Amino acid sequence: MSLTQGMKAKQLLAYYQGKADQDARDAKARGELVCWSASVAPPEFCVAMGIAMIYPETHSAGIGARKGALDMLEVADRKGYNIDCCSYGRVNMGYMECLKEAAITGVKPEVLVNSPAADVPLPDLVITCNNICNTLLKWYENVAAELDIPCIVIDVPFNHTMPVPEYAKEYIAAQFRNAIAQLEVICGRPFDYKKFQDVKNQTQRSVYHWNRIASMSQYKPSPLNGFDLFNYMALIVACRSLDYAEITFKAFADELEENLKAGLYAFKGNEKTRVQWEGIAVWPHLGHTFKSLKGLGAIMTGSAYPAMWDLSYDANDETLHSMAEAYTRTYINTCLENKANVLMGIMERGQIDGAIYHLNRSCKLMSFLNVETGEMIKAKNGKPYVSFDGDQTDPRTFAPAQFDTRVQALVEMMEADIAAVAE
Amino acid sequence: MSRVEAILTQLKDVAANPAKALADYKAETGKGAVGIMPVYAPEEMIHATGFLPMGIWGAQGKTISQARTYLPPFACSIMQQVMELQCEGAYDELSAVLFSVPCDTLKCLSQKWKGTSPVIVFTHPQNRGLEAANQFLVTEYELVKAQLEKYLGVKITNVALENSIAVYNENRVAMREFVEVAAEYPQVIDAVSRHAVFKSRQFMLKEKHTELVKELIAEVKAMPVEPWDGKKVVVTGIMLEPNELLDIFNEFKIAIVADDLAQESRQIRVDVLDSEEGPLYRLAKVWQQMYGCSLATDTKKGRGKMLINKTIQTGADAIIVAMMKFCDPEEWDYPVMFREFEEKGIKNLTIEVDQEVSSFEQIKTRLQSFVEMM
Ligand code: SF4
Ligand code: SF4
Repeated sequence: MSLTQGMKAKQLLAYYQGKADQDARDAKARGELVCWSASVAPPEFCVAMGIAMIYPETHSAGIGARKGALDMLEVADRKGYNIDCCSYGRVNMGYMECLKEAAITGVKPEVLVNSPAADVPLPDLVITCNNICNTLLKWYENVAAELDIPCIVIDVPFNHTMPVPEYAKEYIAAQFRNAIAQLEVICGRPFDYKKFQDVKNQTQRSVYHWNRIASMSQYKPSPLNGFDLFNYMALIVACRSLDYAEITFKAFADELEENLKAGLYAFKGNEKTRVQWEGIAVWPHLGHTFKSLKGLGAIMTGSAYPAMWDLSYDANDETLHSMAEAYTRTYINTCLENKANVLMGIMERGQIDGAIYHLNRSCKLMSFLNVETGEMIKAKNGKPYVSFDGDQTDPRTFAPAQFDTRVQALVEMMEADIAAVAE
Repeated sequence: MSRVEAILTQLKDVAANPAKALADYKAETGKGAVGIMPVYAPEEMIHATGFLPMGIWGAQGKTISQARTYLPPFACSIMQQVMELQCEGAYDELSAVLFSVPCDTLKCLSQKWKGTSPVIVFTHPQNRGLEAANQFLVTEYELVKAQLEKYLGVKITNVALENSIAVYNENRVAMREFVEVAAEYPQVIDAVSRHAVFKSRQFMLKEKHTELVKELIAEVKAMPVEPWDGKKVVVTGIMLEPNELLDIFNEFKIAIVADDLAQESRQIRVDVLDSEEGPLYRLAKVWQQMYGCSLATDTKKGRGKMLINKTIQTGADAIIVAMMKFCDPEEWDYPVMFREFEEKGIKNLTIEVDQEVSSFEQIKTRLQSFVEMM
C-alpha cells in the first residue's frame, strides 16, 4: 500500500512538497545533478534527463512565509545587492551565499542554521526563462557566475504584438533544441527522447488538474477559496513534470467537486463579494491579507498569477512550437491589451465584482502597468479596483493598515454596485 | 577662441539644446525626427530615411509630478523623467519613437507612451549566441522597417541603408579614437567636454558629428601631451550626467580615461561588420557581438573582467560605478563586479545618478575623500 493512500489533498501537498526537496538532497548525496530553475522555465528537458529540480522563487516564498526573509536579505545586502533588486532573488542570493560558505568551510553559517528555510542543495546547473521577467536573466547569471556552473537560457521575447508570431515560436523552439544539446554535454549522455515524451504528457496531466481546480471558482458561491491556489502553487511550479502535482491536484479538484455537489462552500454562506487578486501574494502577510478580505465577506475567485502555469500545449507536436507558445504567452510577457484581456477573462469566469492590485516593490513588471491595466479594464467592464503597496517576500513594505483601508474601500464600491444592480 | 574651443562649444550647444537641434534640422531639410528610447536600436535605419534620429535620455532636475500617476516612486530615475516629459508633450514633435525592451521597466514603458507620436516596439533576443537569435532579430527589424516606412512615408532602400551603415561605422571609429585622445589630453578634454562630444552625437547627423570629432582629434593631437597630475578613472553605468556632477570631476582633477556608460561607449562598442549578408542581418549581428552590458545577457558575466582590463590598460587609478537610481539590471550586475574588483584590489566607488536631484554636495564629499584615499 502506498504511503499516500487515503491522504487528503492538503496532506498530499505537504507530503510532495517535502518529497521534492528530499529528492534533490538524495540526488546530491548520490552525486547526481541538481538544477535550480526559474518558476516558469520549462522543466521538461531536465526532468527527462533525471535531473532533480529546485525552484528558488518557491523556496524564497517559503522562507518569506515562515518569516525568515530578513536574515537572508541581510546576507545579500552585505554582498552588494541593492534593496531595489527583487526580493525573491535577494533572498535566494543570500541563501546561496550561505550554502556556498558551508560548502567551502564545512561549517554552516549561523544564519543558515537558524533559518526556517527548507534545506535544499546547491545546484550543478541552472535554467532560466524570462517569460515572467528579465530579472530572472540577471539573477541566474549571478548564480551561475558565483558558482561557476552552466546556465541554460530559454529566452522568450516580449510579445509586443499578439498573437505570438510564428518567428518567435521558431526562435524559442530552436532554443529548446539547443538546451537539449547543452544537457547532453552536461550529463555526458544522449538526450532521452522517449522519457521526454512521457514528461510532456505528465506535464499536461498536471496542468489539466491544476486548471480543474482553478475552474471551481466559476461557481457562485464558490467551493474554492482562491487563496488556496497560492498554497497549491508550490507544486505546479516545482512538480508539474512529475506525478506529484497530478496526484495532489486531482485529489483537490475531486474534493472540491464533491463539496460543490454537497453544497459545501469556501465561505460557508458568508460570501458577499468576489474579488480578483492581481500580482503575487504577500507571503509574509498571507494570513493577514486573507483574513482581512474574509472578514469583509470578500472571496478571491480569480488571479492571473497562479493561472500563469496553465501551460497547456500539444505534447505530440514534434516541432515544439506548441510548447514554445505555451511558455511565451504568459500574460505579463505580452502587450498591455492582451494583458488586460486575460485579466478580464478571469474576472468574467470568476464572476468577479472588483480587483485588488498588488503594487509590488520587488516586481517592476507586475507593477508598472497596474494603473493602465486597471483603467482599461474598468472602462470595459465597469468593475472597481484598488491598489496597495507590498512585496512578495520582503516583509517591510507591506502595511496592514493601508491594506485594510484599501480593501474596505473596494468592498464598499463593490457592494454599492451590487445594490444598484439589485434595485 | 581656438578651433578646439570652438568645436567643443558647438557640440556643447547641441548637447544642451536638442529642441533647437530638431528645429534647425527641420528648417534645413524639411524632415522631422524619430526618437530612440534607450538603450540600443538600429539607428542606421532611421538615418536611412533622412529623418534625424534623436536619443531620449531623460532630463535633469525636473520635479516629478504628472508622472507620479503612472509610475511608482521606485521606477528608475531616467524613466521618471522620460514619463514626466511625455506627459508634458515634450516629445510630440517626433514623427515616431523607436522602443526596445531589454529590461522589465522598458517592457512596461513601451506599453504606456503618453505622448502623441506613434511608438514602434521591438524585442532584442537574449539567447544571443544562437543563430536563431539573429534570425529572430532580423524579422523584428523587418517589422521596424515597415513601420518606419509607414509612419515616415519614406522607402528604406538597401542603398540608403548601406550608406547609413558606413556613416555610423565611421562615427564609431572616430568616437573610439576620441576616447583615447581624451584620455591622453585630460587638460584639453575635461569631463564636461568629453560628455558633450558623446551627447551631441544623439542630436545631430552622424556624418556632421564625425567631421567635427575628426577635426577635434586632429587639433588636439597637434598639441604636446602634458603630464597629468590628477587621477584617472574608468566609469561604468547607464549614464553620467549632469554637467554639475561632471564639474566635480574637473574640480578634483579626475580624468575619465575610459567609460562603459550605456549612453556613451556602449553605443560605439560594436561596428556593423562587412559580409556577404544583407544589411538587416548585419545590423542584427551587432547585438550578438555586444558585450559587457547589463542588458545583453551574458551567462559568463564578462563585464567585471572587461572593466578590470580597461583599468589596467589605461593605467586608471579606480573604477567609478555611476549607479542609475532604481535601475535593477545594473544593480544586479554590481555585486559580481564588486567582488571581482575587490579580489583584484581595484579601488572603486559607487555614486548614485538621480536625474531628479539638483544638489550634488554629497557626491562631492564622497568623491573628494575617494580622491584623497587613492
Ligand atoms: S517577483 Fe517579479 S521580478 Fe521577481 S522573479 Fe518574480 S516576476 Fe521576476
Ligand atoms: S531600469 Fe535601467 S536599463 Fe531599464 S530603463 Fe531604467 S535605467 Fe534603463
